[in-house]
Amino acid sequence: MSKWLKTAAAALVCALYLSVNAWAQSAATYPGLGRTATAREIAAWDIDVRADFKGLPKGSGSVAQGQDVWEAKCASCHGVFGESNEVFNPVLGGVTAKDVARGRVANLARDDYPSRTTMMKLSTLSTLWDYINRAMPWNTPKSLQPNEVYAVVAFMLNLSEVVPENFVLSDQNIAQVQQRMPNRLGMQTDHALWPGREWGAKTTRPDTANTACMTHCATDPQVASLLPDFARNAHGNLRDQNRLVGPQRGANTLVADASAPTSAAGPVAGAGAAGASTGAMGNTKAVLALLGKHNCTACHGVERKIVGPALTDVAKKYPDQADILAKKIKNGGAGVWGPIPMPAQNLPLADAQAIAAWLARGAPR
Amino acid sequence: MNPPTTHGRLRKAPENFLDAQGLQTARSELRQGRRGFIEKAFATALAATGGTALAQTNPVASDGGDPNILILPEHAKGLGLGVATDGYGKPSRFEANVQRRQSPGLTQTTQASVSFAPLQSLFGIVTPSGLHFERHHQGWWDIDPSKHRFMVNGLVKKPMVFTVDEIMRLPSVSRFHFIECGANTAVEWAQVAVPTVQYTHGMISCSEFTGVPLITLLEMAGADLKTGRFVLAEGGEGSSMTRTIPMSLITSGEVLVAYGQNGEMLRPENGYPLRLVVPGVQGVSWIKYLRRVEVGDQPYATKDEAIHYMDLMPNGMHRQYTSIQECKSVVTTPSGGQVLLDKGFYNISGLAWSGRGKVKRVDVSVDGGRNWRTARLQTPVLSKALTRFNIDWVWSGQPAIIQSRAMDETGFVQPTYAQLRKVRGSRSIYHNNAIQSWLVQESGEVKNVQVA
Repeated sequence: MSKWLKTAAAALVCALYLSVNAWAQSAATYPGLGRTATAREIAAWDIDVRADFKGLPKGSGSVAQGQDVWEAKCASCHGVFGESNEVFNPVLGGVTAKDVARGRVANLARDDYPSRTTMMKLSTLSTLWDYINRAMPWNTPKSLQPNEVYAVVAFMLNLSEVVPENFVLSDQNIAQVQQRMPNRLGMQTDHALWPGREWGAKTTRPDTANTACMTHCATDPQVASLLPDFARNAHGNLRDQNRLVGPQRGANTLVADASAPTSAAGPVAGAGAAGASTGAMGNTKAVLALLGKHNCTACHGVERKIVGPALTDVAKKYPDQADILAKKIKNGGAGVWGPIPMPAQNLPLADAQAIAAWLARGAPR
Repeated sequence: MNPPTTHGRLRKAPENFLDAQGLQTARSELRQGRRGFIEKAFATALAATGGTALAQTNPVASDGGDPNILILPEHAKGLGLGVATDGYGKPSRFEANVQRRQSPGLTQTTQASVSFAPLQSLFGIVTPSGLHFERHHQGWWDIDPSKHRFMVNGLVKKPMVFTVDEIMRLPSVSRFHFIECGANTAVEWAQVAVPTVQYTHGMISCSEFTGVPLITLLEMAGADLKTGRFVLAEGGEGSSMTRTIPMSLITSGEVLVAYGQNGEMLRPENGYPLRLVVPGVQGVSWIKYLRRVEVGDQPYATKDEAIHYMDLMPNGMHRQYTSIQECKSVVTTPSGGQVLLDKGFYNISGLAWSGRGKVKRVDVSVDGGRNWRTARLQTPVLSKALTRFNIDWVWSGQPAIIQSRAMDETGFVQPTYAQLRKVRGSRSIYHNNAIQSWLVQESGEVKNVQVA
């Protein structure tokens, strides 16, 4: 081997060695990144409860205690009996003692049954416990103590004919209660819509098998469904929901369908240059932002009753009474506007006063 | 500078066809299911195509020229604005109608709600981040990334925590994927319920996501990939959303812990600073504000697997853990709620996608599904990403029903409503991937319809 070749071979070996070494190092580990989680950290975050109740904390709660928690923290959105459809879909109702015996909710097979409540659909009790514990109450999630969660779940189960009125639900008996869940046998996983083989589903074919027919296909097109004329403007004026340039314009849904399309719109009012409000207007804008920030608008529309009264109605009832209004916001209230109480609100006093002052001025827009 | 008061030319009221009374009658006949109207209309439309000279959409003004050409505008004769006038640029003031929107009456709150992306106004396959559809269960947050942590625990040798800095130091990938809510097109299961493609299909968006394959992080923690066949992903916001992810999808390297979206960080509404990207799977699994994954040997039956996001079958059973978004497409231009400007040439354009891989072909019909032509697929055609299709069309001014039908690389062909309902009934909420129909009326106005 010539000296040149020897040198070249050595260099090649050296280069190979270097590249292999560098690769091995970067592929194996990422030094300096990530650290071991502590037991306290894991306990703080690992709150999930699985269907076999792995993860369920010890504790207990009675139906009666649950009713108290429910009325204080749940009823304003879900109704006193979990029946409300005002903010969220009803959570309770639609299940019978027969369903409890059978493990299937009969109303789910009916086309004419008006709603599908949480309790109708639910097959795993762990889910209810986990969901309430992690995400309820809606505007103050993770604020319930484990015993309160047990109690609320017991209350809901009692209204669903699963447990008697004097029942105390606990980590000790929850697995037995699972055996009484009304829709416990109502689930199936044998379908082709899970992206893996973990279930061992027998079904691997999709539900439908359309073919790509190209000419003279069997279809004989008939319009079977279209929006009724009265709903024409139900989604706002479609003219203002389309670009002002291009092959099409938005239809002016303020005028009837059969008429010719009218000239296209200018930009949405207020969405563009218009803005920068001053004085009282600016105040309103700031208050509206506060109403959103503190989730007031979850229950109160400005001009529309949701769960609580419309804010314009509140303003009419309490003209120039900012102090009373601020107190009512902070402390909550009951009995003035109907059976659903308003819970005490946890917001800075200054914000409550700003909202109250705006209401006392008549809730100007 | 004032916005212009006239824009293009709109087609005049249809003459010599049907007056207002006639249209009224025709529509009531439609509602009664009389097929004669539509069939006759198609026959007329067929006869009318070819040969007829169409009106010029941009005619020469009587004084010999377009004033927009003859009179130089201010912007051609003056000095424009300077660089960095706006440190983060915004769309033109003339684009203010292009907004994501709530569907009136769908929800009672804004925090547990949806906003729909304006598909009727978008081009190509990328959704501008500010127009990405939103789905929040308990409101959105703008989280300080220096305080956000990501934890891996469960069936792992070493449970770990990472800062966002550390996640961003790891080797990253960038990939285009669509995200579609499992409930996209939900309100149309039984009948037409909303007027435009924004409301029928607007719970889909497509972005280039940047992040770290989740498998990298699981391997760092020494995850048991054999016993641990399921992974729970959990969010850090109020609802702390949770979903079970199949380990097989994670070991394939497809699932990402993402921080980037379309070249910048995720938008707060989309999970800033970390979200899970689960290609081909419905949006609820793409956990936002991702704080933790747990490796386990069983699925987790979370709220969105045991109360919501289940498919109610006609026999009253629920299908659980339905996750894949099957092959689907929709024509976005022209689409419901729009008015065609005039007779003549149009580029029918739309979007197709499949949770099982690449889109292979899209066919388009303008006669309600009797005859079809294959559309042009625009590159890039990427796996589990939106694909844009286009096809030429000359509108004669007669009624037309426009449909698109996508096929994916598995050979699966997008179903008709009849085929889908035959198996799943019409009471399901989720996974409606039926062929969409748009009726172009002689007035030029386009309506959302379902054909039988």
